[in-house]
This record gives sequence, C-alpha cells and structure tokens, in this order.
Amino acid sequence: MLDQSQGFTTADGRRIGGTLMEMKNITLRFGGVVAIQDISFDIREGEVRAIIGPNGAGKSSMLNVISGFYTPSEGEVWYQGSKRPPMKPFEVARQGVARTFQNIALFEGMTVLDNVMTGRLTHMNAGIAAQALWWGKARNEEMENREKVERVIDFLEIQNIRKTPVGRLPYGLKKRVELARALAAEPSLLLLDEPMAGMNVEEKEDMSRFVLDVNDEFGTTICLIEHDMGVVMDLSDRVVVMDYGKKIGDGTPDEVRNNQAVIDAYLGVSHE
Amino acid sequence: MLADIFINPFVDMFSAPDFLMQVLWEGLVSGILYALIALGFVLIFRSSRIFNFAQGIMVVFAALTLVGLFAMGIPAWISVGLTLVVMFLLAVTIERVVLRPLVGQPDIILFMATIGITLFLIGFGETIFGGENKVMITEELGIPTGDFVLEPFGGLLILQHLDITVVVVATLLVLALLAFLNYTQMGRAIRALGDDHQAALSVGISLQTIWVLVWFIAGIIALVTGIAWGARAGVSFALEVIAYKALPVLMLGGLESITGAIVGGLMIGILEKLFEIYWGQPLLGGNTETWFAFVLALIVLLFRPQGLFGERIIERV
Repeated sequence: MLDQSQGFTTADGRRIGGTLMEMKNITLRFGGVVAIQDISFDIREGEVRAIIGPNGAGKSSMLNVISGFYTPSEGEVWYQGSKRPPMKPFEVARQGVARTFQNIALFEGMTVLDNVMTGRLTHMNAGIAAQALWWGKARNEEMENREKVERVIDFLEIQNIRKTPVGRLPYGLKKRVELARALAAEPSLLLLDEPMAGMNVEEKEDMSRFVLDVNDEFGTTICLIEHDMGVVMDLSDRVVVMDYGKKIGDGTPDEVRNNQAVIDAYLGVSHE
Repeated sequence: MLADIFINPFVDMFSAPDFLMQVLWEGLVSGILYALIALGFVLIFRSSRIFNFAQGIMVVFAALTLVGLFAMGIPAWISVGLTLVVMFLLAVTIERVVLRPLVGQPDIILFMATIGITLFLIGFGETIFGGENKVMITEELGIPTGDFVLEPFGGLLILQHLDITVVVVATLLVLALLAFLNYTQMGRAIRALGDDHQAALSVGISLQTIWVLVWFIAGIIALVTGIAWGARAGVSFALEVIAYKALPVLMLGGLESITGAIVGGLMIGILEKLFEIYWGQPLLGGNTETWFAFVLALIVLLFRPQGLFGERIIERV
C-alpha cells in the first residue's frame, strides 16, 4: 500500500492531493435505530471516492451527513482543514459541497437552463436590491454565471434541451441535468447519490464517462454512492464499503474486491 | 328577452363606442390592480405552497399605516418609506413566528395560520389606528387628481389622472416583478423553492431568506394597491374586499402561473365591468360586480380544473 499522507499520483496520471474532508467516528441514530455506527474515512482532493454497500447499509445516510441534511449524533466532520459546526444544508452548499439525489430532485416547472442556473446561486454576491434593479454588479454576475452555465451544458451535451421544461425529460436526461446543476456550482466536493440507479446500460456508460470526465477535466473531487459493484470498481480510486451501518472495508478497488468481509456482505455467508 | 341578452348589448356597444371605451378603461384600471394582488398570492404560493389568506388585510394594514404615520406629522414620502419598513418587519415577524415553526406541516395548517394572521391584523390594526374610515393622502403624495377629457368618435372619454397613474405604476411594478423572477438569481431561487425544497437547499437556497423576501414583496404590492384603491374608496377595513377579488383571478389563472395572474386579473377587471354595464344593470338591476368574477371562475373551473394557465396536474406512476 502506498504512503498516501502527502498525496500521490494515480496510474493514469491524475494527481491526488491531501485530505479534503474527513469523517471522524460518525454515528447516526434515529430513535433506537442506528443507521451509521462509528465510521471514519477521508476524502482526498481530486479523487473519486465511492461508498458502496448492500441496500440499507447506510450509504445514503452517510451522504446526507456529508451534505448537512442529517446532523450526526456523534462524531466530527472536518472539511478543508477545520471542524465543521452543525450546519443547515444550504450553508454546506455555500461551502462548496454540491450534490445530486437518488430519486432526482429537480425544479420540474423550470427549463433545463434555469435549473442549471440555480446551481450558480452559491456564487451570488450582488444584493437583492441590485438584482431587482438589474444593476451593475448583478448584471455582470448574471452574464458571468450564464457563461459558466453554458460551458457545463456543453460539457454534458444537453445543449439541445436547454429550453425544455425539465418535467418533460426522460429519466436518464433528468439525471444528467441534475449533474449539470451540481457542476455549475463549481463545487470543491461533488456528492453523487446513486448516479446510475434505474438507468439502462447505455445511459450507465454515458454517466460513467461524464463522471470520469468531470474528475479529469475540472479536477473535481467526487464522492459517489452506488450499489452496482461493477460500475464502482471502474470509476473510483478508493472505496469505502458499508454494511449494516458499519464500515467493513476501505481501500483501492482491488483491495476491496479481495476483502473477505466485503465478499461475505455481497454474496452472503453461510452461518454454521 | 333573448334579444336583450344576445343582441341589444352589442348594439349598445357599437352605437356608443366612446362609452364602451370608458367602460373598458375602468375595467382595465381595476383589472391591473387585481393582477397585482394576484401576483402577490402567486409568489407566496409558488415559493411555499401557502395560500396566503392574509393578503387582503395586508392591503388594509399598509394603507392604514401610511395614513396613520402621515397623521403623526411625518412627511408623505417619508411615511411611504417607513410603511415599507413596517411591511418588511411584518414579513420578518411572520416568517419567524408563524412560518418557521410550521415548516413541513400540511398545507391546510399553514393556510389556517394565514387566517390567524388575518384576524390578528384586523384586531391589531383597529387597536392602533381605530376602525373609522380615513382618507388616503392622495394629494400629499403628489398623485394628480384632475382628468383628461378625450373625444373619440365625437363622444366623450374621461380619464382620471389618478387612474392613469395607477395603471402606469401597477404596470411598471408587474413588469419589474416579471423581470426579477425570470432574469435574476434571486427570482430563480424563488421559483426553484416552489418546485422542490430539498433540491433548493442543496443548491444553497435558504428557505427563510426567500420567505421573508416574498412576504415583503407581497407587502409592497399591498401598499401600492392600498394607495391606489384607498384613493378611490377611502381607507377602511372594507378595502380587504379587493384582495378577495384576487381569488377568482387565481382560479382563472391558476395558482402557479405568473402569466395567469396577469391575464386573469385583466380579464376579470374588464369582463366584470362590461357585464355590469351591458347586462347586469339593464337585466338584473346592477350590483353584479360583487359576484360576476366568482361565477366566471367557477365556469372556467368546470372545464379546466387547473385554471387557464395552471400547470397540468399529471401524476406519473
């Protein structure tokens, strides 16, 4: 195993940096149910980090802790070198953490373009009054945002549906629009909650390509959740494996693949 | 009888086109005010799924505050500024005390809460300002009071300066709101919040900020409508009625639709005036303006339950 404390370079030549986010002994309880039990792991700058596990393992709960939708019962979240106090989701978003949702959360009544534009809200500096009057700073900001958004739209190849209301799009495209909205925020950390769920093979391949491209071109740190093992192994640099709220494995895809506890969790183990 | 319904009104219209224009103009003036108020409803509904029953009383409250402040010897325009501050504080208070604790409750609870706000404001307003009729400070605000007399088709058309001012100001306000909603990030945030709270949070939208903002906008609308309507009818709790006129506008236009609110408002303003003059007064003895809009809205609802411009309710399974 490599010494990773100062970052390293992957086989395909991408630079993985120091720690961006660190989860320290996170426990999450809902009443008597323990969804996450004493889990620690880190996310490094520039890497694709996956959290996998069978259904109900607590993966989504973990993502919700990272994005501020849940506050952990115990444990600490460290982000960009400092401990994060309990925060509301919109505050986490403003710190540069963007996310997508497992069951797609888009603004259905708005066009693709407007949806992606909302991704720029975290970069909004002009005051309300200036915006209302479409004034100096607000105006420039709008132009600048528009440019960045168009670049993302180009990148994800959704130019032809820019003006279409999102409600009319098929599932696969909606997922892509959601990714575009998250990308528009130019996040330091991009969280993807089952980006391939419910997709057909072709859509999965497209999405995998986009995830890799995003990481490659923008150097965006990505943390994704999947239960499709195949997809994850191809995409990610390092993998955390969860089962019943506990961490049962952590390492490169190869290490994880050969981990007996992981094999048991996925394939089942006979209790004799 | 059939002739009275289907033929004579139109004969009247064409034989006296100047009078028809007068009727249309007056319809337009009320229509644009209805549209403005309906916009206040739509904004709040879109961003929080709350049907704001208190919009009407906010009109009264804004007008009373303005007149009350002026009566205390504060110059007219400064009173307007202070009234805006009061409306802002009202928005902050409502968000803090009523909406925030009720987040996530069923819509009907929030609706009931706005009825609560209404009743509170009625009582509170009466305690502070007294219940008697007051006169809007039209002249002090520099709103012209004369009229233009035009003579189209050799007839007579009287345009009150007040009405012209109302139409201009209301139109500007409506256009400004439209631009704000469609072309600014804040406007997008307002629209986004109505569609999906979770997603809105994930892109950094703060529920609280947006709610204060939309209630404040509703407050500004209330003040403008209060001044405009108060200048014609005096400032009293009866002003509340104008906001209830926005209900059929919303039924007609759809609760979600900004275009719907505008078109619906203008339609109702104009149609109710036409109906009153050409059908109501000759056939029914007048006073149809109080109910015509509601009947019209009900008829539309029979055919289009989502309103003329509402979002089609499609449940995908």
